[in-house]
Amino acid sequence: MSADPAVSRAEIARELARLSRRGLLRQGLRQGLTLGSLGLLTGCDLSTHSGIDAALWTMLRFNDRVQGALFSKRRLVETYPASAITKSFRFNAYYAVWQVRPVPDNWRLAVAGRVADRTPWSLARLRALPQEAQITRHICIEGWSQIGQWSGVPLHIFLRHIGADLRARYVAFTCFDGYSTSIDMASALHPQTILALDFDWQPLTPEWGAPVRLRIPVKLGFKSAKNLQSIEVTNRNPGGYWENQGYNWFSGV
Amino acid sequence: MGRSRGTGRPTHPLPIRIMHWVGASAIICMILSGWAIYNASPSLPFTFPRWITLGGWLGAGIAWHISAMWVLFADGLAYLAYGFLSGHFRRDLRPVGPRALLHDIGAALTFRLDHQLGHYNAVQRLLYSGVILVICLAVLTGLSIWKPVQLGWLTGVFGGYPVARGIHLAMMLCIVGFLALHLALVALFPRTLVSMIAPIEAEEGP
Repeated sequence: MSADPAVSRAEIARELARLSRRGLLRQGLRQGLTLGSLGLLTGCDLSTHSGIDAALWTMLRFNDRVQGALFSKRRLVETYPASAITKSFRFNAYYAVWQVRPVPDNWRLAVAGRVADRTPWSLARLRALPQEAQITRHICIEGWSQIGQWSGVPLHIFLRHIGADLRARYVAFTCFDGYSTSIDMASALHPQTILALDFDWQPLTPEWGAPVRLRIPVKLGFKSAKNLQSIEVTNRNPGGYWENQGYNWFSGV
Repeated sequence: MGRSRGTGRPTHPLPIRIMHWVGASAIICMILSGWAIYNASPSLPFTFPRWITLGGWLGAGIAWHISAMWVLFADGLAYLAYGFLSGHFRRDLRPVGPRALLHDIGAALTFRLDHQLGHYNAVQRLLYSGVILVICLAVLTGLSIWKPVQLGWLTGVFGGYPVARGIHLAMMLCIVGFLALHLALVALFPRTLVSMIAPIEAEEGP
């Protein structure tokens, strides 16, 4: 394997985009104001401290509450026959596929926060818990969707095993690839939310989230975090990689 | 044909004028932010220039989309209630027979279609009732791809998530097509623009 660069392009992608937006703004001022540069001037892309951006963030929080109210833990996601599984499933992450990280040596899944038993979990112990399989639609926030097969431990079973406070508000996930996300407790306890160990009937490989990933079909794809390192049960909204930049936090489907 | 005498009533009652501009602003925001969302994963062989999109990137596009949607939703419900209860739909928008429609389309294409403030001809009736239907479909397909699980029955009505997403996009294109035609016609009859802003007296019917 080639040596990793100190900073990958993906890690600074947002800063690059922000800089190029500033360049665009200067260009816009030179050429006379265009609609887009006018928008950037007033700050309407969630990256500034303008009044419009503040209003948009307020609407995002309002949207979280509406989505939380619409959510029913009894409503199940549609499942599909094996023949419906998308061939050549698309890799998606905040970085390119060649930057996928291998599973660290002596990997253990850490648990933290409002839980009774903080003993880290080995893959073998996770395999020993009851397993569920599902063939469901993965819907990306970008709009595309694909059908895949996952199996693993239902998260509600895992949370009960570690003695989690099930009345806590959030479950947070951090990953050893630098990614993070968080979900509400009601969605975490949904029967189809699983800690997936297998994809397409095979143990997960690194690009599909090895050794353990979240698979939560009641939310948009970016919530199904791969390459898990730790799970925390908390009452303070932990945000996440995309959520902190402006993706709608609840993002239920 | 001489200019008609006044009728004593405004071309558009005040509620219509308010709801028109609130709705128009919301629709423009929905379209421009929708383009930012579309650009993240284009299903047609083109993208929209970033400078014209609202938000500029996916996350901000969605923030705008789910903000403007409440304005459109409230304005649309108020308009539908007003339209049915006041008789506006029955009186002004109810499509007339195919013969009158063919006659008016022929007249419009040869620039001989007269326009009287306060009375919609067959072409206008078709366009306005059509775009109202299209906007309703855009809202319903939009809800069905926003909540394909919680509103799964609605997504099912439209043939599932990918099909509903396609219909949502098609409805956007229909609305953009309507806007182009609408603006062209307003440019041909500028006093219709004034009548949607100020209480200009309606003219006597044909």
